[in-house]
Amino acid sequence: MPAAIEVAGLCKSFGSVMALDHLELTVPEGTVHGLLGPNGAGKTTTVRLLSTLISPDDGTAEVFGIDVRSDPRRVRSIIGLTGQYAAVDQLLTGRENLHMIGRLFRLSKSDSRARASELLERFDLGQAADRQTKTYSGGMRRRLDLAASLMARPRLIFLDEPTTGLDPRSRMAVWQMVRELVAEGTTVLLTTQYLEEADQLADSLSVIDQGRVIAGGTPDELKAQVGQDWVGITLIDGAALEETTRLLRERLGTEPVADPETLVVHAPLADGGTLPDLLHLLKGSGVAIANVAVRRPTLDDVFLAVTGRSAEHRTDQRNSGKDTNGKDTERS
Amino acid sequence: MTSTALTLRSGRADTKPHGGVSWWLSDVWEMTLRNIRHTLRSPELVSFSLLQPVMFILLFTYVFGGAINIGGGRYAQFLLPGIFVQMALYGSAAGTTIGIATEMREGLMDRFRSMPMSRSAVLVGRTVSEIFRNAVTVAVTVLIGLLVGFRFLNGFLPALGGMLLLLLFGYAVSWFGAFIGLSVPNAEAAQAAGAVWIFPFTLISSAFVPTGTMPGWLQAYAAHSPMTAAVNALRALFSGGPAGSYVLQTVAWSIGLIVVFAPLSVRKYAASSR
Ligand SMILES: Nc1ncnc2c1ncn2[C@@H]1O[C@H](COP(=O)(O)OP(=O)(O)O)[C@@H](O)[C@H]1O
Ligand SMILES: [Mg+2]
Repeated sequence: MPAAIEVAGLCKSFGSVMALDHLELTVPEGTVHGLLGPNGAGKTTTVRLLSTLISPDDGTAEVFGIDVRSDPRRVRSIIGLTGQYAAVDQLLTGRENLHMIGRLFRLSKSDSRARASELLERFDLGQAADRQTKTYSGGMRRRLDLAASLMARPRLIFLDEPTTGLDPRSRMAVWQMVRELVAEGTTVLLTTQYLEEADQLADSLSVIDQGRVIAGGTPDELKAQVGQDWVGITLIDGAALEETTRLLRERLGTEPVADPETLVVHAPLADGGTLPDLLHLLKGSGVAIANVAVRRPTLDDVFLAVTGRSAEHRTDQRNSGKDTNGKDTERS
Repeated sequence: MTSTALTLRSGRADTKPHGGVSWWLSDVWEMTLRNIRHTLRSPELVSFSLLQPVMFILLFTYVFGGAINIGGGRYAQFLLPGIFVQMALYGSAAGTTIGIATEMREGLMDRFRSMPMSRSAVLVGRTVSEIFRNAVTVAVTVLIGLLVGFRFLNGFLPALGGMLLLLLFGYAVSWFGAFIGLSVPNAEAAQAAGAVWIFPFTLISSAFVPTGTMPGWLQAYAAHSPMTAAVNALRALFSGGPAGSYVLQTVAWSIGLIVVFAPLSVRKYAASSR
């Protein structure tokens, strides 16, 4: 059986900008694949190519074995697209929007109505269903947009930065919906700038930069490359530094780093301990703690680990053409 | 219970012809409905598009009318057909140009393009809905015309024919508007592009003044302008006189505009963002 997405050597240029540079991607059916990359990496371009909005300069892209270039219409009938910006008709109500999409996807009138009602309820839009969407909040519009792309029960759905600009509550709601979709067997290609989002949702990841895949694997594999969460414990009394270091080393099985100047002990949070465990342990040993901070690996850490340069400074470095080699020195 | 529902559903699917024309019609209907809803839900746009013809009617009837020699007859009778055509042009051309240029920049068009619907339906629905909008604004203008002394002197059928001709001409021009809307980079440019040609195009014609007083070279253009043909056709149909040749010219122009600009627009729409 063909993969949900099979992309080989995909290239796309806009003028002198090479948005995709021999991109490779395989997504098995029924999984969530995350495209992780900073702004301008080529995530949206990949989604637009796969959803037949633009055509590639070179390479092949297949959706369930159907070539997007030679048979775009068949591709369109099995995909759902939620673009980077909400694509709903602002003068129509939520219900009218969904019904229209349903009809355009060839659902019968009654099926389309039933499906629209079902999705409006499920996406918590029942109350607002008959209001024009121009009165919706950003989060509601996003949810309606997502509902619209699910009207025809697509086998594959593209979500382009579905939670960018959403408040935490709406973000959780979108994550929950993605999980439900996958439980129903839908394949999802998700783009994001957030490592945490990819970690929460994706079965596998491709990190892309300047139109190329620079790393891939499961979130765990990727995180193993990056390193785990770090905990930083600030002590009240410098005399406890040694004791704390010893306790953490014993519990976590990793080597903590103590800084006598700031009275902070850093340690990678390995499988051995959760934060409450550690605090309990320290308290029980009479160590007085001023502050605790956990640092989770970010997209920037992934970049640093994979390329040896920071994601945020990528453009600067591209311009200066310097090859930084700060992989070891820049991590603290 | 379930099996009944399933039978019903498949029964309905079977009676519905598949593919081709019926799908296209269904897509066009959905797009038309969408645009008609837009019109109904932005009454301020409709009233705004009425402002200009109403102002023209009052200005020309009471300010300029007395000074314009139309060689007998009431000026309102002479003027109103010109106003009708000008209004249909404004609504269709400017409205479609700006509307499409605005929508092309919105994410909704990407959604439509990523769906298995017909490409042309988006534009056909838009232009068909212009007929509806034109019908509304023309109806209001007719009422105002009746107030300032305009009358349908030639009977019901010619009057009806004239209105249909007007809607056809407006529909054709909206394809030209669609093409411009797809060709400009944004709504502001569309606004400018819409305004630039319409004023000279509508004024250099027989709409407001007899063409006989214009300089020779301009007369030659004005006499053959599609605007003049449409205005003269309506005048003849509403007030009496030989209409045949003008009607034919207007129909020919309309078909010509559609045949040229509909395919060009659809191709441009399909290719946009590629
Ligand atoms: N239509 C376009 N015209 C010109 N450049 C474009 C266009 N679309 C994308 N690009 C460029 O291609 C690169 C990749 O863009 P994009 O795929 O949108 O990145 P991402 O979604 O990862 O932020 C960027 O440098 C962007 O400026
Ligand atoms: Mg993007």
